[in-house]
This record gives sequence, structure tokens and C-alpha cells, in this order.
Amino acid sequence: MAESIPADATHGHDVHHHAEQSFWSKYVFSTDHKMIAMQYMFTGMAMALIGGFMAYAFRMQLAFPGIEVPGYGTVTATDYNALVTNHGTIMIFWVAMPVLIAAFGNFLIPLMIGCDDMVFPKINRLSYQIFLLSAIVLISSFFVPGGGFGGGWTAYPPLSAKGEYNLTSLGSSLWLVAVALEFVAFLLGGINFVTTAMNARAPGMKMFDIPIVVWLIVVASILFMASVGPLIAGAVMLFMDQNIGTAFFDPDKGGDPVLWQHLFWFFGHPEVYVVLLPAMGITAEIMCVFARKKMFAYKTFIYTTFGTGVLSFTVWAHHQFVAGIDPRMANIFTVTTLLISIPIAEMCFIYIATLYGGSIRLTTPMLWALAFVAEFLIGGVTGIFLGASGADIYFHDTYFVLAHFHYTFFPIAIIGTFAGFTYWFPKMFGKMMNETLGKIHFWGTIIPFNGIFIPLFVLGGAGQHRRIYNYQHFPDLAGVEMQDLRVFATVSLIIMLAFQLVFFYNCFISWRKKEKDAGKNPWKANTLEWTAESPPPHGNWPELPTVYRGPYEYSVPGREEDYYPQNVPG
Amino acid sequence: MRPIANTRMAAGIPTGRLAVWWVVASEIVIFGGLLASYIMHRIAHPEWGDQAANTNVWLGGFNTFVLLTSSLTAVLSHKAATAGNGPKAARLLYATCLGAVIFVCVKAFEWTTEISHGYTITSSTFWSFYYTAAGLHALHVIAGAIIMLLVAETAKKNLELHRVELIGIYWHFVDIVWIFLFPLLYIAK
Amino acid sequence: MSEHAEHAGDETNYVKIWATLLCLLIVSILGPFLGIKIVTLIAAFGIAIVKAYLVAKYFMHLNVEPRYAVYLLTTMLVLVLLFFAGTAPDVMKHEGTNWVKPVVHVETHAPAQH
Repeated sequence: MAESIPADATHGHDVHHHAEQSFWSKYVFSTDHKMIAMQYMFTGMAMALIGGFMAYAFRMQLAFPGIEVPGYGTVTATDYNALVTNHGTIMIFWVAMPVLIAAFGNFLIPLMIGCDDMVFPKINRLSYQIFLLSAIVLISSFFVPGGGFGGGWTAYPPLSAKGEYNLTSLGSSLWLVAVALEFVAFLLGGINFVTTAMNARAPGMKMFDIPIVVWLIVVASILFMASVGPLIAGAVMLFMDQNIGTAFFDPDKGGDPVLWQHLFWFFGHPEVYVVLLPAMGITAEIMCVFARKKMFAYKTFIYTTFGTGVLSFTVWAHHQFVAGIDPRMANIFTVTTLLISIPIAEMCFIYIATLYGGSIRLTTPMLWALAFVAEFLIGGVTGIFLGASGADIYFHDTYFVLAHFHYTFFPIAIIGTFAGFTYWFPKMFGKMMNETLGKIHFWGTIIPFNGIFIPLFVLGGAGQHRRIYNYQHFPDLAGVEMQDLRVFATVSLIIMLAFQLVFFYNCFISWRKKEKDAGKNPWKANTLEWTAESPPPHGNWPELPTVYRGPYEYSVPGREEDYYPQNVPG
Repeated sequence: MRPIANTRMAAGIPTGRLAVWWVVASEIVIFGGLLASYIMHRIAHPEWGDQAANTNVWLGGFNTFVLLTSSLTAVLSHKAATAGNGPKAARLLYATCLGAVIFVCVKAFEWTTEISHGYTITSSTFWSFYYTAAGLHALHVIAGAIIMLLVAETAKKNLELHRVELIGIYWHFVDIVWIFLFPLLYIAK
Repeated sequence: MSEHAEHAGDETNYVKIWATLLCLLIVSILGPFLGIKIVTLIAAFGIAIVKAYLVAKYFMHLNVEPRYAVYLLTTMLVLVLLFFAGTAPDVMKHEGTNWVKPVVHVETHAPAQH
């Protein structure tokens, strides 16, 4: 049945129809999954620039207290709170989520499973529009009386719940509304991703012929949908606390602030895996292609993903060890937290086993993929200290936590994104990126990244608390040897941000190139998206492909070429 | 125009229905989170029983009756739609909408009475939960009724009849949420 | 969907289930008037579970849907229970377990701090 449909149906919306579209219907109100992916990608990158600029402003304040920050002006204490809060919020909810899940999910799922679009293109468009609205609401919160919300990205009540405590009654409500809208956007998107991947696979594609990255984006979407509910309920409650005067989280009137922490982290911890898994999937794809080897233990990797997903729901209270939770529960959460390092370690071993004995090509995407594993390992290993409730009592709320957190999220959100972006750039635009500039950008990002956060580990170990405006006010933390480390971190940050110009320049010149030099399959990869034109037209293929084998048949003995695309019969 | 992807069915459930199951699944955790928060507070505060005694069990029971009946019309509408009888399905959907309207009116009357007796949303955490949970549910009722009207418009012309079932599944879920809200807010004293 | 037609139950069956639900509703309203706590709880929540089961099985047609739809919804319920289990020990003990809250002390000083 499915084979007979494509021939007729694709003619309905083929290239001719595509060419007639106006600017608005092609770029702004498009229902094409690839265009929506681009919208998510570039909105996410724009938000990353805003978040990076915020980091620059408050890092300058920490390194040179009271300085007139070039491009920003003096950072007041209120500004500082708003900047750190919104830096965290933006980087997680408006950069990592839209780019890794929404952009790559939208771009890759239909192309990799061989169908013409998402199953619900209009819901897909609505999802992006709500997301854009949420971004606008968030940014607008900076320009209302009182300024942006400054209660930390976790928004713990009672600070976040009452205007007289946080002094930003309008800003904090707008922040909450923006986050809630963003969740609605990703719920719509998630339903679309999961339904598409479950139902719309190409004929012949069995469960275990689906590329890893699609599997992982789908599992991540499921984790998101299953974990975000309590936080949506909590957001409603917090919104009522802020604006109507209820007391869900006010201990004075019989509420319980710890309840918010549970509601938040029940979502907040699986959220780490929501963004981690797509990055892991991108890494797996790239490693197989550039090691020219079959994925080691493909099925085990997927089962491990399920294990990670299940375990990720059982660890959330390790964020609350010092919040006055029941110590017996803290023991349980310590054990589950240490357990979850097992599947993640297993995934890293699978990567190494995949690389072992391969003919590795160190292209730019491969460098990013390797860096992802190496840097994420540092983040994972430092997490062990924080997962153990005893050690966490010392480390809690120090820069050690902050550095650990950034060693997990930077590889996920930045390294993972660059890996995926440089790898699929030829498919997105039909042109190759400049390898030399790509490698300059790679080293110019990775080295300063370590330069920022290794000093912060040291500072955290020395007891430097986070979310403090000016350490010169604290004699124990004001020493010159500690200040030097802060300056070193800030200078590294500026260098890293400056090297991003190389990336944008590289994108620009590659995009402006006259000839489309990528061809259909520049990396000689197996998965279905490389059988479509670059960039794929609306509808992706003139005739939708049929699948004959798994996605990682590289270097098959007895075959002339070292790759074996999924759609080649035989 | 509908993409080919929408017509495929590798997972054995038609795409629209599969998506509605996922909607219901994510709604379960939303209401589950709210109700779990309420229940743990409620167990910790036996004295809330005295405040729960001020809710009107008879009106709550009547509303349960209304929603159960509207679920019946929703499922009968689905049956009519599978038989290909679009106009009948639309009429039954309008009946279901009528149930939603009655439900919301009773709710409005109930709340007006309670607020005039001084039990407002800020009176105590019990009343905060009472209004928040029932209000969130009422929003789902209203949203469902609006979608149902849209579905009935197309069903009347014998178009897109599969949508009747999809809105039905959502409506039964809204019904089930109320089935749990009713004892939690009204009966347990 | 047309292939769904054969497993939509017949009309009288739906009405029977509806009648059962109404009987259960009446029991759940009248049960608590006995004033026995355990009867109230069973009347309220036991019957709610039975009602939800009936609606889900027959009205939502989970009895004829592929099994994984049931597993999906059950998983979500399990997650809610998990959330409850992890959170209840804290929220149900506002006063804490390992320390004595100095109630008198707080009351005398609280007005001065505000």
C-alpha cells in the first residue's frame, strides 16, 4: 500500500509548487520541516548570542568589579541577578532545547526515516510560533519596570513567589509565562516527533534500522513529555502565588517551598538527559561515518538509552540535599544518582569501541564529536562528588557545581550542536564548509572553554559561592590569588566568544559560495538523508525511498565501496 | 495538503489517534503532578476536612453526572461516525457540548456561592488547591467544547470523521480527571 | 478510521456501562453519609478507580487498542506515583524529622522582624 501512494501524492507538492511560494509562505509561515528546523536553529543561535553576551557582562563584573563593561555599561547588583538568571534560562530552554531537539529533530527525523514531512506540519509550525513568542516574552521581561527576573534559573520560592522579595514582580511573571509557553511549544513538537518516528517510517525500515540519532531524539522527547507535567502544574501554582496571592509555596501560610523544588527537579533532572541524548546521538552518527565502522553494539546502545531514561526519573532530589529533605530519602537518591553513571559510562565505552580499529578521519565534525566525549567525561566524573550526599553538603552552591554543570551542558549544547551543524551543513545548504576555518574555530573554542571552567573548579573547591555580585565584599574570597583565577576565566571567555566570529564567517562564506559543491553524499554516509538532494526540496524525494538494511553498514567485506546506503537493494 | 507521512501507520495505530494518546499521556502527568501535590498536603493536614465540608457535594455529584452523560454522547457520536453517519455524529457532539456548558454553568454558580460565603482562593491552601485544580479542569472542559464544535462543523458535512473519535478520547480523559477530582475535593472530609 | 468500525461496541452496551457508572456515582455520594471513615475512603476512591477503569476501557476503547497504548498511560501513572513517593516524605513533614522547631522563639520575634 505504502509504495503505491508516493508516486501520486508527491506530485501534489513538488518543486513547481515550491517555486511559486512567496517570501512569507516560504520562510516565515512554512510548514516544511526543514524550514522550521532552520527557524529553530537560527532562533536558537540568536538566543545563544544573547546568552553569551550576558555571560560576558557578568563575568566582566566578577573579574573587574565595578568596571564599566564595554558594550553593556555598569552592571548593578540587580542587573547581575537578572543576567545570571536569564543566562541559565536562555542557554537551557532557548538554546539547548530548540537547537538539539527541535532543530535537529525537525531536520533529521523525516529525512532519516524516509518520509516527506512531519506527520502534523501545521502543528509543527504552531510549535515554532509559540516558541518564538516565548522568546519574545522572555526578552521583553528585561524592559519592564523592575527589570528581568533575578531569582535564579530554578526560581525557588519564596524569593520567586513574591514581588516584595524579588523586586521584579512583572519580570518574574513574564519569565514564568515565557517558560510555560516554551513548554507548550515543545510538547506540541514532542508529540509530532514521537508520532512521526513511530508511524511514518519508510517501507522496510524495521525498529532497529532507525539511525541512533532519531532513536535518541525520540527518547528525549518522551522523557520531556513525561517529566514536564509536574513543572507545568507547579508553574501554574507559582503564577497564582505571584499574582493572585495564594500560598502554595509560602511556609507562613501553610504552603511548602520544598514542594516547588521537587516539582522543578522532577522535570529538571530528566531535562539534562533530554538535551544530552540528542547530542549523544549526533556523536554516534558522526563517529560511525568518520571511523568507517559499523556502530559497536547498536542495540545495546539503544537499550542503554532506555535504561538511562528510566533511571533519570529516580534521581531528581540530588539537587536538594541541603534543602532540608528527609535524610533517608537523600540516601536513596545518592544510590540512584551513582547508578545512573553506569549507562552513561557504558555509552562512552561503546563510542570508544566503535572508534577502535576504524580508519579515522579527523574532519571538523569528527573533532567536535571526539571533543564531546572527552569534555563530557569531565562533567560526568565531577558529578560523582555532587551525587554523594555527604560531599555535596560541602560543594553545594559553589562554583564546583557551576563548573560541573557547565562541563556537562557546554559539550551538550555547544559542542554537540557544532558537531551536528558542521556535519549536516552540506545537507542543509548544499555546500561544504571550509575545513581550515572549521578547525581554527574548533581549537579556538575548546581550549578557552577549558580555560574558563578549570579555574572555576579550583575556586569552587576553595569555597567560592555562586550567585554573588562582588567577591571583594567577602574577605575570605577577596584574595588576589582567587581574583587572578576569575580574571583568567573571564579572559578565556572573551577569547572563546571572539573565536565564534570565525564560525559565523565560515558559515557566511560557505553559504555565499556560487557552486553547490557538496553533492548528495559528501561524507559517503549510509543514512537516508544523504540520498536526497542537497538541500532537499519540499517533499524531500521525488519518490520516497525503501529501506533494505541497517544504518551503519560501513566497510562491509566483499564490497567495493566502504559504505552501503540503506536504500540500495541487494 | 496532507503529507504522505501522515498516512503511514508503522506502529499499528492511525497517526491522529496515536498523537492523542501522547496528548493524554502528557496531560496525565500535568494533572498527576497537581493532584499528587494536593494529596500529600491533604494527608498532612487532616484539618482540611473541615474546610472540605463547605463544598457542595450535591452540585459536585450533579456535575459528575453531567460529565458521565456527555461521555456517553461522545462515544455514541464516535459510533455514528464509524458508521459513516456524519450528521448524527455532529448532533451527538452538540449534545456533548451542551453537557460542557451545563458543567461550566453549575461550576460558576457553585463558585459564586462559595466566594460569597467568604471561601476565596486565598482563604487557605485547601481553597487554593480547590480553585486551581477545578479551574485547570474547567479550562480543559472549555477547550474541549470549542474543539468539539469545530469537529462537529466538519463532521456535519461527512468530512474528517476520524476526528470525532479523537476529540472523544480527549473528552473521556477530561471526564476521568473529574472522576478523581470529585472525591478528592468534595467527598473526602 | 474505517477499520476501527468493527470494534466499536454496540449502543446498548454503552448505555449499560453508563448506567453502571451512574449507580457507582450514587454509591460514592451516599457512602460517606454512613460516617465511617474507611467506608468513605473506599466509596470515594475505590469507586473512582473503578469508574475511571470503565471509562478508559470501554469509552476510550483501550480494550481494543494495541497494548502499548495501555502501557504508555500506565507508565505515566507510575511516574506520578514515583513523584509522590519521592516528594511526600518532605511535604508531609513540614516540621522536619531530625530537629525540634523552636516554635515559641519564632513567635515572639516574628513581629519585630517584619
